Amino acid sequence: MNDATIDVHGLSKSFGARRVVDNLSLRVAEREVCGFLGANGSGKTTTLRMLCGLLKPDAGSGTCLGLDIVRDAASIRRQVGYMTQRFSYYEDLTVAENLELVAGVYEMPEARAAVRDIIMRMELGSYAEELAGNLSGVWKQRLALAACVLHRPKLLLLDEPTAGVDAKARREFWDLIHDLAVEGLTVLVSTHYMDKAERCNRIVYLANGRIMVEGDALDVARQSGLITYDGIGEDIEDIAQRIRAMPGVEAAGVFRRAVHVAGIDRAQLERAIGAFTQLQWREVEPRIEDVFIHELSAKDRQEAVR
Amino acid sequence: MSGISSKRVRSLLRKEWLQVRRDPFTLRLIIALPIMQLLLFGYAINTNPKHLPTGLLAAEPSKYERTIVAGLQNTGYYDIKTLRSEQEAEKGLAQGDYLFVVNIPPNFDRSVDRGESPSVLIDADATDPTAIGYATAALGGLANVLNRDLPPIRRVQPSTPAFQFIVHSRYNPEQLSVLNIVPGLICVVLTMSTLFLTTLSITRERERGTMENLMAMPVRPIEIMLAKIAPYILIGYIQVIVILAVSAAVFRLPVHGSVIVLLLALGLFIASNLALGLTFSTVASNQMQATQMAQFALMPSILMSGFFAPFAGMPVWAQYVGEALPTTHAIRIVRGLLLKGNAPTDILPDLWPIAVFTVLVVGVGAWLYRETLD
Repeated sequence: MNDATIDVHGLSKSFGARRVVDNLSLRVAEREVCGFLGANGSGKTTTLRMLCGLLKPDAGSGTCLGLDIVRDAASIRRQVGYMTQRFSYYEDLTVAENLELVAGVYEMPEARAAVRDIIMRMELGSYAEELAGNLSGVWKQRLALAACVLHRPKLLLLDEPTAGVDAKARREFWDLIHDLAVEGLTVLVSTHYMDKAERCNRIVYLANGRIMVEGDALDVARQSGLITYDGIGEDIEDIAQRIRAMPGVEAAGVFRRAVHVAGIDRAQLERAIGAFTQLQWREVEPRIEDVFIHELSAKDRQEAVR
Repeated sequence: MSGISSKRVRSLLRKEWLQVRRDPFTLRLIIALPIMQLLLFGYAINTNPKHLPTGLLAAEPSKYERTIVAGLQNTGYYDIKTLRSEQEAEKGLAQGDYLFVVNIPPNFDRSVDRGESPSVLIDADATDPTAIGYATAALGGLANVLNRDLPPIRRVQPSTPAFQFIVHSRYNPEQLSVLNIVPGLICVVLTMSTLFLTTLSITRERERGTMENLMAMPVRPIEIMLAKIAPYILIGYIQVIVILAVSAAVFRLPVHGSVIVLLLALGLFIASNLALGLTFSTVASNQMQATQMAQFALMPSILMSGFFAPFAGMPVWAQYVGEALPTTHAIRIVRGLLLKGNAPTDILPDLWPIAVFTVLVVGVGAWLYRETLD
């Protein structure tokens, strides 16, 4: 027993010959909002499914809410809210009916009142009698979140909750998640939107089933030792293309109407941007995304050497 | 998590009920399908089966009887087995072991020799008129079968026939095909709706991703299954009642046996289909596969159960396959109860194979079921 809400080590899972999660160890403290990052296919969903007992790990063990993830899967399910990547409520039921089903399945004593409360809280009131299938993506996602916090879980596992919704809705969704964390929920949220990583207390970056980077969201960027510059001016798309090929530039892209470049070797990077005097260059704080790209390309180089 | 929670099952049941109600197209189909089939299939089936199981009741050994039996067998329609008692004959007819019973009266040889033209009574199970139609027609050709055996004195008086056949159509005296179709139709329509709908409804949850969500909640598989099958039992019974009502109104279907026994027996039959549907759904990964698997089970149920063509007309290997199908036995039960007025004990020989089938299929389903997504 320890005070970490999630504490697993050595988790591995293969589907056929493909190893999807490879020797993964993870600790998430109580009330933490932990961002689970990585490209599609990096093993995020599989890890979440193992945590809530939907998949049996091939190897490894650990606890979730102090309960063994294999032996006590059933008890874990009662205290966990799991939001699947795909909308998985019933499109031919109304919002209220979906929520009543969830309340009934968790055997909540005051089911009707609880459903009413969560509808208010998630501002779903005007859609309560609407069929879930008629909702837009944003409201479907809101319904899914309402359904997985309805039974007052201690841990939320959210799988790509903001996929396919607009920026404003994403921001509101993250506000809700932070409110929930303040109230005592622990949240493990997977996403491939790097711009949202800053909103996590801690981030874990997964690539090919392995943890690449892990730590406090701001520290990860600062301690990476990366140098990053933004350049403003004309023809930035074209320049981004050309600068990417230069030595010392690990990543270059257009971001908020600027060419954003990152590299680990300051001298080389500054020589590279020096070739494009038509832009106004300014050093900026490295972003988490830069760190991931850096780590990935470092890994690729290692593998190329091998 | 131990035990079944009535609250959870109630919530799931409500969900299933709402989903069924929100699908008016399927609901209308469920009612329209049996009526349409009843009217279309009604008179369409016609075949000419041979080697029909026939029982022989002879009061005493007789030489003319042997000639008649040889004659009957030579028509190709009758496979004759000697019976010991009238009770055996009666029971054999009621349970469908025999389609005919040939009664040779006492003193048959003497009556023939005296030129009294005695009657050979043939009891025929007329629930399926097409099954016996050609066979009874063939009797006409046997009128003179005894002539060569007759004593010379009788041979010169050919004006009176040596004997005559009297066919006694039992159970369906007017020989209406539709009366035979109705029991089969009840069973086939039940198979279609219950087997297809359960297989599809679970596979649909998997395909839409809602199963993952259900499994992540504290629901036991048995609870999901219970909630899934309940609406389809109800739908099955509604269909039975629709078919019976339409048949009674349009075709004057007689109901000789107990309707309650009929509904109870059909409950077991519905259960066997639901079990098969659930087992299919544990294997099928999408609705397309599920449909194909259900079709795979449905075709023999229609073709080899005695619904489409008389059971006795099938080759022996096909009869073995047919005996393994619940539909075959259910059709016999329904025919027996509706048309023959069979007692509950008469349906036992057809009830236990359905029960065995159900238990086996449930076992396979439970063995295949995975509580995780692996």
